[in-house]
Amino acid sequence: MESLTLSDVEQKYYSDLFVYCDTDNTKKVASNGRVLDLFRAAQLPSEVVLQITELCGATRLGHFGRSQFYIALKLIAIAQSGLPLRVESLNSVKDLPLPRFVVGKNEAEARHAALYQDAESQGLYPPSSMAVIPRPPGRGHQNKKGPPSSSSSSSSASHPALEVIQPLAPSVEAQPEPTSPVISPHQSPPTSPHSWRKHKRQHSGGNPDRQAVGAAAGAVWTQFREPPAAQGPGPVEGIWASHSPPPPSQESWVSFTADTPPSSTLPAMHPSSVQENTTIRTVASASTTNEIQRQSSSYDDAWKITDEQRQYYINQFKTIQPDLTGFIPGSAAKEFFTKSKLPILELSHIWELSDFDKDGALTLDEFCAAFHLVVARKNGYDLPEKLPESLMPKLIDLDDSAEVPEQPPDVAYSASPVEVTPNKSPSMPSLNQAWPEMNQSNEQWETFSERSSSSQTLTQFDSNIAPADPDTAIVHPVPIRMTPSKIHMQEMELKRTGSDHNHPTSPLLVKPPELSEEAKLTASMKFVAANTVGDGYSSSDSFTSDQEPIARQRSQSGASPEALKVVAPPPPPPRPQPSHSRSSSLDMNRTFTASSGPGQPQSSTTAFPPAVPPRPLPTQTSVPLTGHRVEAEAVPAGGAALTTTSPQQIPQQPNFADFSQFQALAASEQPSSLPEVDKHSEAGQVEKISEGAGPLRTVKSDGPADERTSTTVNSAMCSSGPLAPPPKPVRRRLKSEDELRPEDEQHGAQKSGIIAAPQTAQPSIPRSVGKDKKAIQASIRRNKETNTVLARLNSELQQQLKDLLEERISLEVQLEQLRPFSHL
Amino acid sequence: MAVCIAVIAKENYPLFIRSVPTQNELKFHYTVHTSLDVVEEKISAVGKSLGDQRELYLGLLYPTEDYKVYGYVTNSKVKFVIVVDSSNTSLRDNEIRSMFRKLHNSFTDVMCNPFYNPGDPIQSKAFNGIVSGMMVQTG
Repeated sequence: MESLTLSDVEQKYYSDLFVYCDTDNTKKVASNGRVLDLFRAAQLPSEVVLQITELCGATRLGHFGRSQFYIALKLIAIAQSGLPLRVESLNSVKDLPLPRFVVGKNEAEARHAALYQDAESQGLYPPSSMAVIPRPPGRGHQNKKGPPSSSSSSSSASHPALEVIQPLAPSVEAQPEPTSPVISPHQSPPTSPHSWRKHKRQHSGGNPDRQAVGAAAGAVWTQFREPPAAQGPGPVEGIWASHSPPPPSQESWVSFTADTPPSSTLPAMHPSSVQENTTIRTVASASTTNEIQRQSSSYDDAWKITDEQRQYYINQFKTIQPDLTGFIPGSAAKEFFTKSKLPILELSHIWELSDFDKDGALTLDEFCAAFHLVVARKNGYDLPEKLPESLMPKLIDLDDSAEVPEQPPDVAYSASPVEVTPNKSPSMPSLNQAWPEMNQSNEQWETFSERSSSSQTLTQFDSNIAPADPDTAIVHPVPIRMTPSKIHMQEMELKRTGSDHNHPTSPLLVKPPELSEEAKLTASMKFVAANTVGDGYSSSDSFTSDQEPIARQRSQSGASPEALKVVAPPPPPPRPQPSHSRSSSLDMNRTFTASSGPGQPQSSTTAFPPAVPPRPLPTQTSVPLTGHRVEAEAVPAGGAALTTTSPQQIPQQPNFADFSQFQALAASEQPSSLPEVDKHSEAGQVEKISEGAGPLRTVKSDGPADERTSTTVNSAMCSSGPLAPPPKPVRRRLKSEDELRPEDEQHGAQKSGIIAAPQTAQPSIPRSVGKDKKAIQASIRRNKETNTVLARLNSELQQQLKDLLEERISLEVQLEQLRPFSHL
Repeated sequence: MAVCIAVIAKENYPLFIRSVPTQNELKFHYTVHTSLDVVEEKISAVGKSLGDQRELYLGLLYPTEDYKVYGYVTNSKVKFVIVVDSSNTSLRDNEIRSMFRKLHNSFTDVMCNPFYNPGDPIQSKAFNGIVSGMMVQTG
């Protein structure tokens, strides 16, 4: 559209109105709703409105973009001043009064109009017939005029806002202003007056909406201004100096409700003060921060915590809780806030407002909000019915981020008229929206850091599984966390095996087999047993994995209640245990997990053979022991990971004969007398049988290795020459029983080399005893590891619980919004 | 659409009681008081049979010709009593349950407030808001 030059005042006014109309925050306003109301409030004939709409191009576009909206507003102003509607007049008309909108439901807007009007009309109060709120803002407007620089204008605008706030505070007017009984001369300084002052300056730097704010905080700030104002002009304090005259006039204004006379005096005063302000105003105030502040300052501005304030609060927080990401328990908070000498009832109310997640403890954000409310209350400001948006703890969870945008509407519309903040919101939703963004940027780090550990876990998990989680967050942290055990297991997997288990389900599936074999049995070994156990676990795993996608889907669909329900059954803790099986099973675990990747223990069994069998096969000789051999060899042949014996035997394989294998097995058997071995043996046997005779045969053919191993085994077994096949099967069985157990020891022992084997074998008996001890120690170690895993699980579940609580809160809020008349 | 909502402490003294003001409040106070007997009876009966797990929602305690009285007891023996108008037939059991659930949630929020001493009258604005939402909108 045509280029449109707006004065600063107009710019601000229009932008406020635009933001107000832009409820969807989409930067374009549909031709309905607030826009229509606004235009209707302009008290122009409908055909004029239509003409304006046409002229500005909204009809063409179908909606009001920012430029269209501005043009429309300007045209409205033109029409209201009686000029013919012409596009050319947009830029040609000088000193056009701002468009006036009668107070329909938006008194704030009318106030805006009044404010701006005054600025234009130099103190001319529009006829009361406009039903516009009296013009305290007029003063501000005058301040706004003149200074060309936006900063100065903004700063001047701030003055009116501040001044307005003061008179508003007494709430004598009929305006829906805050009822905060703050009296302008209230001089009690808050904890950090200086910081607030500075903050105020920044805010005033460009908040044309200040006038509507009238929030308690604003009054507080102005109060603080006053003392400094008395200090005299200076670049920094020039602003305040300008305020000193206003306050007295403001008080007189206070009594002014619908009468013009008292207020008429005000503008007279203000021009002078305004001039002072503008002249005194320094470039410093014109910093870009003002712009930013202006953007972010909404009506919540009154409740906004300045940086200095926040720093002070943070320091106070540290005195109670050194960890900034931790919580302050309710009792400590109670003591702390009781020191403020506020009545318990009010403290109770403040607590209700600030404990956002209703967990009985205060996070840093909550604490800052509570502290801020306490300070405000001490300065005489009424407590709001609902937590102002600027004080809302941003993102206790990532999920809450979605809640934040909802809050402004809540605050805007649901609050009682008595309160400032809710009233303000209708007029400045845009600012509210801007505020959350600012707030989020300010506080996001805090909330995020609160969940550092869990979030890290979460992110790990997410990266693997649900990248969309943060987006779908609001309602559903649950789905992600739903499987803390998964995370745990996954982590454990990653840690232990070191393999890449990016696939979320595979580790789980892997786990069941591991779980099933407490002692690092290879899946192949425990083929049968593992299957049964693994199935049980895999089913539960699949359940959780199913839950996960389901939950995720639900989260996406917003069906939070369902997701919550889905979350209910966490995976059984015992799972982690198997992961801690004997150390020797490191290989086994890896192989097991890798093999179980497909999700079945059987696969692991099949995985084993591939590596070794080919070699032994050609050298194999038929042996009755094949069956056993197969077991023994299958295990080793299948893969080092599967059985401890395998690594032992693989290196020996080239020379293997069955004998050696048997011997190795026997050696492995001997040391272990633990019952766990039974499982292993069973699995091993099964596996071995399934494997085939190949490896066994080769083992048999390898004489020397056999001898060595056999010697070790024999010595361990205290049996006769191990080379004899008949005894071997027997031994093997024994061995298989103890295989897993001894595998560890043997694994380690025999890995060192064949030479090592005999050495280890020689002290067979003592070794068996020692191995028992070792086994016990290993089991102790395992249990301890399991404990830690469970503890971690517990903490994660606690975190989940917290998230669920927050979700519940958000859902309740939503529910109440959506069904105001339901309940019952 | 309750006509009267009351929260009774474990020791059977009221923590919170609010009625629709147009009615004779004393009558409702008396009704709530007498309903405590029924609550006790239900608690003791259920407790013996089911052991530790007990249904929190007690259901209709007793009807009169003018109104019905519903009861709910928490695990800490805090009792919620809702009196509804008999003429209001649209209220289903589920709705009553949801009302109690809301009450319970609000009550726990009040309890979580460290500034609230258990046994004190409930003076929470949030709680009042919830209750007001449930009361009959007779205006």
